[in-house]
Amino acid sequence: MADSTGVLVVGQISGDVLDSTAAELLTAGQSVAGALGEELSIALLGDSVDAAGQQAIAHGADRVYAVTNPLLAEYQADLYLAALDALCRDANPRIVLVARTAEGRELAPRLAFRLGVGLAQDCLEVSVDESSKTLLANRPVYGGNAIAVVSCEHTPQIAAIRPKAYEPTEPDSSRQGQVVSFPVELDASQVRTRVVETVKEESEGVKLEEARVVVSGGRGLGGPEPFAGLEDLAKLLGGAVGASRAAVDSGWVPASYQVGLTGKAITPDLYITVAISGASQHMAGCSGAKCIVAINKDAAANIFKEARYGVVGDWETVIPALTEAVRELVDN
Amino acid sequence: MALKIAVLAKQVLDPEMPMAAFRIDGDARRVVPPANIPPVVNGFDENAVEAALRIKDEQEATVTVISTGSEFALDVMKKPLSMGADELVLLQDDSFDNTIDSFVTAQLLAAAIRKLEGFDLIICGRQASDWDNAQVPLGVAEILGVSCISLGKKVDVVDGKAVVERIVPDGYQVVEAELPALVTVSNELGQPRYPTLRGIMAATRKRPTVWSKADLEMDESQSGSRIALRQLFIPVSDQECEIVEGDDAAESGRLLALKLREAKII
Repeated sequence: MADSTGVLVVGQISGDVLDSTAAELLTAGQSVAGALGEELSIALLGDSVDAAGQQAIAHGADRVYAVTNPLLAEYQADLYLAALDALCRDANPRIVLVARTAEGRELAPRLAFRLGVGLAQDCLEVSVDESSKTLLANRPVYGGNAIAVVSCEHTPQIAAIRPKAYEPTEPDSSRQGQVVSFPVELDASQVRTRVVETVKEESEGVKLEEARVVVSGGRGLGGPEPFAGLEDLAKLLGGAVGASRAAVDSGWVPASYQVGLTGKAITPDLYITVAISGASQHMAGCSGAKCIVAINKDAAANIFKEARYGVVGDWETVIPALTEAVRELVDN
Repeated sequence: MALKIAVLAKQVLDPEMPMAAFRIDGDARRVVPPANIPPVVNGFDENAVEAALRIKDEQEATVTVISTGSEFALDVMKKPLSMGADELVLLQDDSFDNTIDSFVTAQLLAAAIRKLEGFDLIICGRQASDWDNAQVPLGVAEILGVSCISLGKKVDVVDGKAVVERIVPDGYQVVEAELPALVTVSNELGQPRYPTLRGIMAATRKRPTVWSKADLEMDESQSGSRIALRQLFIPVSDQECEIVEGDDAAESGRLLALKLREAKII
């Protein structure tokens, strides 16, 4: 599209407030918009988005598109897509950034196809070539064994960014921005899918994505029972329990425990992996952990290449001893 | 009338291959396929075949597997047939790169689906283990204008509707859509069935339909590339792991706790 300009971030709202992934996108967007010398906008969808709009401005947005319609109160892919499609055609941005969240995984590819443009998926880092105003996106491929640098050949250039790849900036409540009301015409007949029932499966206690400490178990645990031991250790440290895909596929723990490329992305301060080999697909979910600890009896396991501290040994002996020692330290 | 199901499946490098066998030609910006490790059907696509066959176990249905690529290992791509699928359609052309540009791949698959006069249900794996783009299925749904449900762990067809248990971050939703619909599935669907001996024999006798670019009606404005690959390289990790070692494993566990306290991590 001719005369396109600026960077548009698609922001997610949780409850009434700006989701942390939206603040992360604004960090990425600020660097890209800054390099281009163009404006940074955010699209916020809902029935009313005032509070989140002010937060977005504090996090770096120059302009907020308040994309409102009563039908947007709850996320529904077909309606959100129609609204974003309308906004992109009207605002004509040069670059669109979407977070690769559960919603973004649906919206970004469908939006790109609807606009007839390419999408750089699962990006860890975005930058611009200033002379051609081209977005350059770094993304892992082949399960993280390789990094590809890709660019989009059409406008808008769309990139889906992996959650936690960028950190939100400190909000500055004195920042000024413009709020543009963008009411969209939507029709309930655009809805192609209907949710009949919602079933919660999450474990109690600290949420995996928010936990400061995560203890995960893998294939080497051999069954569901050892996870009770991991629970004890996690509880002592105020953390949560996760798992590799192998443990989930074996039916030892629910799918909501899965850390990795197709599971959850976590960024704890401490990540203790127990009997996990450390395949790159798993590491894709925990690359943002500050300190990784590996407990594995195979000294050649890949996890030791990624970990800060390691114990080569059988978890059956190491975990009870570690848990006991942690209990003493925590009690004192 | 028998339910007409398509499964979109992709041939990929074996993701379980040892990292030492993974090589890149940086100048050509491509992965060099290892000579002695055969490719496989993408894991999530095997889940898609399984989802289709479970429906076929319960009601009258035909299952057609469609794949696109520049080169196929026929014995590998026949695996869905030996599991119980009815037909295999290969879109094969030297120009069909199926990794970088999902836009082009989706246009090819949509053209083939049109040529096959459409399907009631299209089932796909959530993403492919090579580029993890996770966008071809959603793109096909957009191009064909059919309803789209992603990340299914259970797929049924009841009274002309697709009924899908769809994974969300804190559990799952039961979602319905009118047919025709496209559904992507995840590993949570469960293990794909093993080919039976009878299935393998039947698959040996079946010949795939092979179409090249000339056989597909493509809208030229929609067939140009949308993504350019600028660089491809193997990242280097500079993480150094400190191995904590006591006289025995229990001692190592205790020392680890002390080490973490010393580093003020716990």
